[in-house]
Amino acid sequence: MKPIYRPSGALITKADFVPTHITADYVIGLAGNPNTGKSTVFNTLTGLNQHTGNWPGKTVSQARGFYRHQGKNVILVDLPGTYSLLANSIEEEVARDFICFAKPHATVVVVDATCLERNLNLVLQVLEITPRTLVCLNLVDEAERKGLHIDVGGLSDELGIPVVPTAARSGRGMTLLKDSINNIASGEHATQPRPVRYLGSLENAIGRLETYLEQVYTNGLSKRWVALRLLEGDSTIIQAIHNHSLAVTQQEG
Amino acid sequence: MGVASRFGFDDAIREGRELGKSLGEEAEIRDMVVTAIYRRAEAIVGKVASQTRKTSPDWDKRIDDVLTSRLVGYPLMLALLGFVLWLTIIGANYPSNILAALFSVIEDQLTGLFSLWGAPAWLHGLVVLGTYRGLAWVVSVMLPPMAIFFPLFTLLEDLGYLPRIAFNLDNLFKRSGAHGKQALTMAMGFGCNAAGVMAARIIESPREQMIAILTNNFIPCNGRFPLLIAMSTMFLGVGILGYGNVLASLAVAGMILFGIAMTFLVSYLLSKTMLKGISASFTLELPPYRKPQVVQVLVRSVFDRTLFVLWRAVKVAAPAGALVWVLANWHIGDMSIIGHMAGYLDPFARLIGMDGFILLAFILGLPANEIVIPILLMSYLGTGALLELDSLSTMKALLVSRGWTWLTTLNVMVFSLLHFPCGTTLLTIHHETGGWKWTVVAALLTTITAVAVCFLITQGARIWQLVP
Repeated sequence: MKPIYRPSGALITKADFVPTHITADYVIGLAGNPNTGKSTVFNTLTGLNQHTGNWPGKTVSQARGFYRHQGKNVILVDLPGTYSLLANSIEEEVARDFICFAKPHATVVVVDATCLERNLNLVLQVLEITPRTLVCLNLVDEAERKGLHIDVGGLSDELGIPVVPTAARSGRGMTLLKDSINNIASGEHATQPRPVRYLGSLENAIGRLETYLEQVYTNGLSKRWVALRLLEGDSTIIQAIHNHSLAVTQQEG
Repeated sequence: MGVASRFGFDDAIREGRELGKSLGEEAEIRDMVVTAIYRRAEAIVGKVASQTRKTSPDWDKRIDDVLTSRLVGYPLMLALLGFVLWLTIIGANYPSNILAALFSVIEDQLTGLFSLWGAPAWLHGLVVLGTYRGLAWVVSVMLPPMAIFFPLFTLLEDLGYLPRIAFNLDNLFKRSGAHGKQALTMAMGFGCNAAGVMAARIIESPREQMIAILTNNFIPCNGRFPLLIAMSTMFLGVGILGYGNVLASLAVAGMILFGIAMTFLVSYLLSKTMLKGISASFTLELPPYRKPQVVQVLVRSVFDRTLFVLWRAVKVAAPAGALVWVLANWHIGDMSIIGHMAGYLDPFARLIGMDGFILLAFILGLPANEIVIPILLMSYLGTGALLELDSLSTMKALLVSRGWTWLTTLNVMVFSLLHFPCGTTLLTIHHETGGWKWTVVAALLTTITAVAVCFLITQGARIWQLVP
């Protein structure tokens, strides 16, 4: 049976997500594990200004929405809910490709405050791809009810990116979240993520491969991240980069 | 920026592989990476999160232990299903009658207007007796049950109960060679099979996705619910000392269970024949129970589901009503066109315990299942117009005068449950599977199943002389 989706690497750019009647200042990706209230965050931010469709060439539903904040037009793209970005499923691949190739001005990772540990895995993986990331620490009301205290400032320091506590269902923290999104998207707030450190031998290999990748076109992707994928034997990402750059040249040429 | 040749990429891949080899197997490296990320997450949480007070017992887990237990899980699911249907049947009666009365008043006004203008009889027939009555029937019979069923269903969804159903049914689906997530697409099918087919996207592996798509139609969508509810209420719901509604709900619940059983059976057969393979395992996360957002649920189910589906039905019912009126009033020889068509189908239909008119109604109802009953009633009446359905007992009287027995009713319900998907669903299947092949398979598979089951029921009843 033929798979009903196309392989990774199709040309996607930020412009694909901007409706024709809107001039967008920022395109923002909304990532997160399933059941973190990501849809509620999306709905609260964009209200009725939503458009649903499919991901280009994929049978994965896609929703994008629009809102204005501080005079900026913001397009919010709801990525599929995933636990990781390892491209184990079409959803993970779609989310990864968006962050890698559409290069959003910022990526918001919605995190369930009541199961922080599992959710942080995704945050750490996104951070390896792009520093333009912020955490929406959602469901803080539920965490409080469960007697769970989270040191938001401490979390932000550990990750090196902004963390905004929210309770999207009641609208709590949403203005701060929008402020923070604008700050990162405009480049006003340059984040300084603290990358995950691997075992010495692995770090050595990453370092050597990174230097090697200096000579190779990686579409502005973090060389460290590409090096990691190559060491894991995942050549699909290189394939995707190749396809993407081909598509870009074809479009420009 | 120039695009590098494949040379650079290939070299990078080779270099990565060389370096990787010195570290270990690919799986080992992947493990190292994932472990490091997990460790880091763990370390961060250790620093920033703390339990300020002892937690109350974990209610979610306690509730889940009961709801997904072997002992309580299944009976509770069945009880909830029965309860929701009972509420729908009881609650839908009154508004249905009120709406029907209202529509009949409007119809009198319309008729008055037509005769005032001196409009020809055929125009009045086409517009009022055909189009308008078809519309009125669809709205007054469909709207109330939908307006009750959908919000209840959405409430269960919002509460977090649906994933528990998937959890309970996972084992059964796996044994049928299908995917546990099919329970969710099946649940979507109760709303609309086209939506259920589309929802099969959540199943990653193509084989299991196809099974979910092909069998989704065995779950009665809201377009077929009114038929099931009307039929059972008509033949069981009246009399019997006020237990009628309970009996009728049980009958509908029984039909749904039968549809689910057929889903398992056909999934099993498919996974042994056309779609061979072993079912993939998956992790299903049980989300925490959350207080449903009642207002939002109401708004969402009214706008997204009820009105959407009703509008679709209305769009199809209006032209179909007009078409059937023409077919029923255009005579060739001494019989209407519809009479000829039904006569042609009759011998075959008798074999499966129905008659030519019923089968024709199902065929003409292809665009939307909602209009099967209106078409049937319209074609039964010699005058070619829908009778005024002020009550279900009038309808029953009409059907009985046409020779309906409990066997006919049962066959109509079973056929409606199992027969070919509606036009929209077929188009969705075409879109999702990317071709006509599987669309045709879906149509044939269901129709053959429906014919076979009705044939067995009918012949069985005749052999054991259960019908006069």
